[in-house]
Amino acid sequence: MCGIAGICNSQSAYVDTDVLKGMIGLVRHRGPDEWGLHADHGIGLANARLSIIDVDGGHQPIHNEDESLWITFNGEIFNYVELRKQLLAHGHIFATHSDTEVILHLYEEKGEECVRYLNGQWGMAVWDARERKLFLSRDRLGVRPLFYTKVGGNLIFGSEIKSLFAHPGVCREIDRAGLDQIFTFWFTVPPRTIFKDICELPPASSLTFKDGEIRIHCYWQLDFDSPEIVRPEGEYVEQLSELLTDATRIRLRSDVPVGAYLSGGLDSTIVTALANQIVGSRLRTFSIGFTPEELDETPFQQDAIRFLNTAHQQIRCGYNDVAAAFPEMIWHTEQPIIRAAPAPLYLLSRLVRDNGYKVVLTGEGADEIFGGYDIYKEQKIRRFWAAQPQSAYRPRLLRRLYPYQNNLQKQPDAYLQKFFHASQEDLRNPFFSHLPRWELTSRLKVLFSDEMHQVVPENNAVSELAGKLPLDYFRWNSFCQAQYLETMFLLPGYILSSQGDRVALAHSVETRHPFLDYRVVEFAAKLPQHLKMKVLNEKYILKRAFGQLLPPAILNRHKQPYRAPDGRSFFAGGADVYLEELLAPGTIEDGGLFDAPAVAKLVEKFKTGRAIGVKDDMALVGVLSTQLVIHQFVTSFQQGGPSWTDYRQNYAVS
Amino acid sequence: MDRLQTELRRFVIDNFMYGRECQMRDEDSFLDLGIIDSSGLLELVNFLEKQYGIQVEEADLVPENLDSIAQLARFLRRKLELQLAPVASQRLQHQTA
Repeated sequence: MCGIAGICNSQSAYVDTDVLKGMIGLVRHRGPDEWGLHADHGIGLANARLSIIDVDGGHQPIHNEDESLWITFNGEIFNYVELRKQLLAHGHIFATHSDTEVILHLYEEKGEECVRYLNGQWGMAVWDARERKLFLSRDRLGVRPLFYTKVGGNLIFGSEIKSLFAHPGVCREIDRAGLDQIFTFWFTVPPRTIFKDICELPPASSLTFKDGEIRIHCYWQLDFDSPEIVRPEGEYVEQLSELLTDATRIRLRSDVPVGAYLSGGLDSTIVTALANQIVGSRLRTFSIGFTPEELDETPFQQDAIRFLNTAHQQIRCGYNDVAAAFPEMIWHTEQPIIRAAPAPLYLLSRLVRDNGYKVVLTGEGADEIFGGYDIYKEQKIRRFWAAQPQSAYRPRLLRRLYPYQNNLQKQPDAYLQKFFHASQEDLRNPFFSHLPRWELTSRLKVLFSDEMHQVVPENNAVSELAGKLPLDYFRWNSFCQAQYLETMFLLPGYILSSQGDRVALAHSVETRHPFLDYRVVEFAAKLPQHLKMKVLNEKYILKRAFGQLLPPAILNRHKQPYRAPDGRSFFAGGADVYLEELLAPGTIEDGGLFDAPAVAKLVEKFKTGRAIGVKDDMALVGVLSTQLVIHQFVTSFQQGGPSWTDYRQNYAVS
Repeated sequence: MDRLQTELRRFVIDNFMYGRECQMRDEDSFLDLGIIDSSGLLELVNFLEKQYGIQVEEADLVPENLDSIAQLARFLRRKLELQLAPVASQRLQHQTA
């Protein structure tokens, strides 16, 4: 795992290597083991490396046999062993045992199509010196990030946006439409980001830059069209068992030890159980326990640890811990967030690093692709209710769905019906599944300044998202539509970034996700729907396939989403040093995004103990994180990056 | 606009709109305008009970009572009258005696 950065100058041979060093310096948390740089006519590639495979030999950037191709790579190619064998058989000569070099030789054979053969997670740049072409690519599900911008004739790119900002030609300004999207969906719709003119390469996409022209190509699509012939259930169960076991096996390929996150839920316990079987020795596992008891899953974690006999460590996280970690964490998420949930994960990766581990497996992705999230069940119940709006029984299913939401339990039916949009008309909406969530989040926009409201038209966010959907989307049923939105947008745009890559690599920890092996994802997308959710039993096929590997308490538990201490964390003393300053009327007015008196009312509501709902929590986290983004990236951005003294230099300018 | 409606409007705007004035007429539905969410209803009920000393029963929790400034004011007046009724009647008996 690494951080990458680069500059491609289409107009002259000049590349400022000091600027490039500054760019890579800002992401050295992604790769603290060594760094390297390659500069030649019109191209500069840099890499900060976290050494995991071929620790001593896999320095980067590297080149092919005749130095006509150079690569800087962030990620892992899990099927590199098999690909290497094939390439050796075709006569390629390897200088290292790294997975990175495999990509170069595959590029020689297949050109830009090489990414179709890769099973892994990546953000990479290949410089083709003969063609004078830069090739950037990102993995199918967007596990690893990649950003770019164009300044004059230069394409400037990097794993994180802060690297781009280290280039003196790049402007740092908030993109108001991007903020509006986060305050609707929780994510920005790629290529848009929270910063003006900074683009995110969408998942499953490649970019070429040649003669000053950018071309983007999508090389993979998630397709929910099921085969017409449904096979016996047992065949699907067997196939899934084989696939996920293999996906876990190849994700254990590493020259350093691999641990696992163990949340106490179904998915991470399955991954841990499979890894335990494959490794054959006692696996190291890590988890979070919460001080607010209603959020804590420690008893389930204990069940899993006892059952699987792992060597486990836990951090405890309370309100003050969230507040203390928050500013640093936003430096890493690089975008506003609506919930504080990434903060405990930021602390968890620190625990992993402090224990000498660099790599962990996680259960991420299972909820998206196997129908685990409440939103899938919710849309099913709402659909069921819309068929008989007068039913007294049907709305009660919604209450059973959210036993952990006290406020919702007390709602009269008439109100539930309004909140959950169960009308015949809504059924025809292509975003039926997500209407309640997006409407709730959009209510936070009441805090926007008048200027924000004037600049960003209403419904701008939804129209932009609609424009990015494949035509097939509009043919799928609402279950598949919900899955597509969750898997291709919320997953890369929030779960895998703010809760994943960014907070893990903040402490130089690489996460690997067996459920996001593209073979597993494609299998899940084609599964008959009733095997994902049987009536209202979520992830049914996972329970069938792996039930015997799990403790009964985890197999049979009611699904609890991962939640962390939210708004009130900032009023327990831990945020005193920054909260007042960032939310002061003058600071809010200077930022220009929010209405200062409205923010003052929100703060007062918390201070007087009147903030009891999700909306207030989201409002506070949303405003505070946005103010931190402005402060850290726009008004007080630190150029130059950290010190280099503890870095092993691998510096070569050709 | 009467005092009660002004008070209710102030609470709704301060609490749910963080003080931002909007083009809300007294008859406009909170639900249709997206002003009140699932916790908002509970906040509203808490406010009515604390501020005006009334008891909101489960059967009262319907949009017909609580979904606009005008409905809220009507509901509150009705509740206050019911509450005051026995006291007023006792006072009358006392004066007669």
